[in-house]
Amino acid sequence: MGKRVGMEVAIAAAEAVALCNIDVAAVYPITPQSHIAEHMADIIHDGRIDAEFITVESEHSAISACAGASAAGARAYTATSSQGLMLMHEILPIVSAMRLPICMANANRAVSGPLNIWNDHTDIMPQRDSGWISLFVENGQEAIDLSIMSFKIAEDPEVMLPCVVNIDGFQLTHMIEPLELPSQAEVAKFLPPRKAFAQLHPDNPISMGCFAMPDTYTETVKAKEVALRAAKKVVTKVFGEWAKRFGRKYSVVETYRAKDADTLMLTMGSMGETAATAVDELRKAGRKVGLVKLRLWRPFPVEEFKAAVQGCKTLIVMDRAISTGGAGGPVATDVKSLLYGDKKKPRVLNVIAGLGGRDLTVGDFVAMFDLAKKKKDETFELYGVRE
Amino acid sequence: MNQVQNFEIFAPKLVDRKEYFSAGHRACQGCGEVLALRHILKALGDDVVVANATGCMEIISSGYPQSAWEVPYVHVAFENAAAVGSGVEAALKALRRKGRIADRNVKTIAVAGDGGTCDIGLQALSGAMERGHDMIFFCLDNEAYMNTGIQRSSATPFMAATTTSPAGHAIPGQRTQKKNVPEIMVAHKVPYVATACPSYPLDLINKVKKAAAVKGPAYVHVFSMCPTGWRCASEITIKMGRLVVETGVFPLYEVENGKYRLTMEVPEKLRPVGDYLKPQGRFRHLTPSDVEKIQEYVNREWEILLNKVECMQPW
Ligand SMILES: Cc1ncc(C[n+]2csc(CCOP(=O)(O)OP(=O)(O)O)c2C)c(N)n1
Ligand code: SF4
Ligand SMILES: [Mg+2]
Repeated sequence: MGKRVGMEVAIAAAEAVALCNIDVAAVYPITPQSHIAEHMADIIHDGRIDAEFITVESEHSAISACAGASAAGARAYTATSSQGLMLMHEILPIVSAMRLPICMANANRAVSGPLNIWNDHTDIMPQRDSGWISLFVENGQEAIDLSIMSFKIAEDPEVMLPCVVNIDGFQLTHMIEPLELPSQAEVAKFLPPRKAFAQLHPDNPISMGCFAMPDTYTETVKAKEVALRAAKKVVTKVFGEWAKRFGRKYSVVETYRAKDADTLMLTMGSMGETAATAVDELRKAGRKVGLVKLRLWRPFPVEEFKAAVQGCKTLIVMDRAISTGGAGGPVATDVKSLLYGDKKKPRVLNVIAGLGGRDLTVGDFVAMFDLAKKKKDETFELYGVRE
Repeated sequence: MNQVQNFEIFAPKLVDRKEYFSAGHRACQGCGEVLALRHILKALGDDVVVANATGCMEIISSGYPQSAWEVPYVHVAFENAAAVGSGVEAALKALRRKGRIADRNVKTIAVAGDGGTCDIGLQALSGAMERGHDMIFFCLDNEAYMNTGIQRSSATPFMAATTTSPAGHAIPGQRTQKKNVPEIMVAHKVPYVATACPSYPLDLINKVKKAAAVKGPAYVHVFSMCPTGWRCASEITIKMGRLVVETGVFPLYEVENGKYRLTMEVPEKLRPVGDYLKPQGRFRHLTPSDVEKIQEYVNREWEILLNKVECMQPW
């Protein structure tokens, strides 16, 4: 076990990836991801790892270069945020259909416009249906651990899908936390070099990325759907192996003081820690409240989520994004439709908050809790609007 | 005369008999792009990986579950062949260094149409060439977006009628002159830049081999006849390629480290452009004065090129 040192989370994320025997990194800088890009460059330019660093001219080319590299059998990595992720959008469902296990860090940031460099989840939500495994972290240690685990998950022969680790921009990327990096030797044992199922090489010439006519397209969609759903089991398996080797436990859905709660709050990412403190305060005031945290966003861990909210009367979903002109926040919309057919289900309320870097304090969570509880109907609330 | 030199090196009987692009693909009769591709692959041999952009060559070759490609092939999207190729090249380098693939040189090539090169793919191309990947980029230029129904590109020549630059009463076809991407590549200081045409197969093969010998980026712009998009007879494809060169509309040349060299027989006087324009439906609406305007432009461009051949020194 390594020792804990104070480190910026973005730097730690890059250091974690450097432990993973990557072959190719293609990264384009964008705030608040840039410290990852810069530190990756430092690591490779100092010859600390044996990898090619492609200083692409855009994020579109970053993900495209990763596609080429991964198709040629390399372990490929990229990192981005907001506008960069939006620029990659076109290529994201292609690489998942091609079953290329590219790993990416996304430093979550609001999308323009107006331009805003601060945190929310409006960048990852439009990528929701792209067939990527999508994980959220709550703190710097999780960013390290999940960055390493993401390769193992993505490359599992039963998965072979790309994976994005969401690290809230600034809120997490720019924090300095006491963090523990596992040793190179430990990671090497956990994560051997990539063995590709198929790769571009003249020794075995194959064609990748063929187009599909109406008679096969549906089948490719099904294949991706089956693979992505099956990935949940592998995520859990890899979490288990991580716990055994490194002692830190993870699960696809996590709960806090949820057992006897009649009201649960649901969060993703860095909101979780503040929400947990709010739960403590509300508990002190005699409210039977708990917290559910979604670590795995795609594939949606349906069974684990339902087990976590079973028995509670009210579920307050905190969304950091909005489906403009739609039913509310994307997490709440998902949750509602997943529960729709169930006989016994909680009332689902939806608060959208923390957009474009608007701070969410413990007091805000208490206020959001009160606001939701007062609601007569189940329409969403956009919290904190200065009228 | 250089043509003759090339002949000596690559007499037709020395051209690889092996086919790397199978018969049975779906290209139109008389397609210049697919002919170019066939020669390019023959020049490169087995040790190659192809990154292809969306477009005619992708669509006619790779409908799942079939593939015409006998060499490793990847297609991702329309605008990113150069970026995908960059990734392939980087991966081959890293994996070879780390002993995870065979220890021999495998060339990466990217192949795109004029749309995937001069328009939507220009940024990725510029990036890849500037970074200096060991990769040849081939532009198969049929002067429009043929795959999607003959829409104009920035490589469509002046006044040509396409479905988005129709020969209307107010605006008679394409309003702009062809973008000169080989020059843009020279400006990137790409060590080897060449123009070619499958009507001159030995010259094309020769240039591909030269491009492959470069340890770094190379760019080959292949003028590729398209009877379907140009609205001309498919049996005159090869002749059209010869005419485009003989009229000086698309001269054959190469630029090695900045030094220009014509690789075609230099005529005393260029053939009149009308000989090339006339058989093509896309130029049917041209008046004699339009043809005259085009002739003047071609003459001027030809002079500029001859000047470069004479004056430009290698880097
Ligand atoms: C981002 C994007 N925009 C548009 C298209 C539609 N599209 C596919 S191929 C193509 C034109 C291809 O033209 P070119 O590159 O010249 O190749 P050609 O078919 O002429 O060989 C277009 C517009 C696409 N696939 N992707
Ligand atoms: S449309 Fe033109 S480029 Fe496309 S396959 Fe037919 S002849 Fe070839
Ligand atoms: Mg074209």
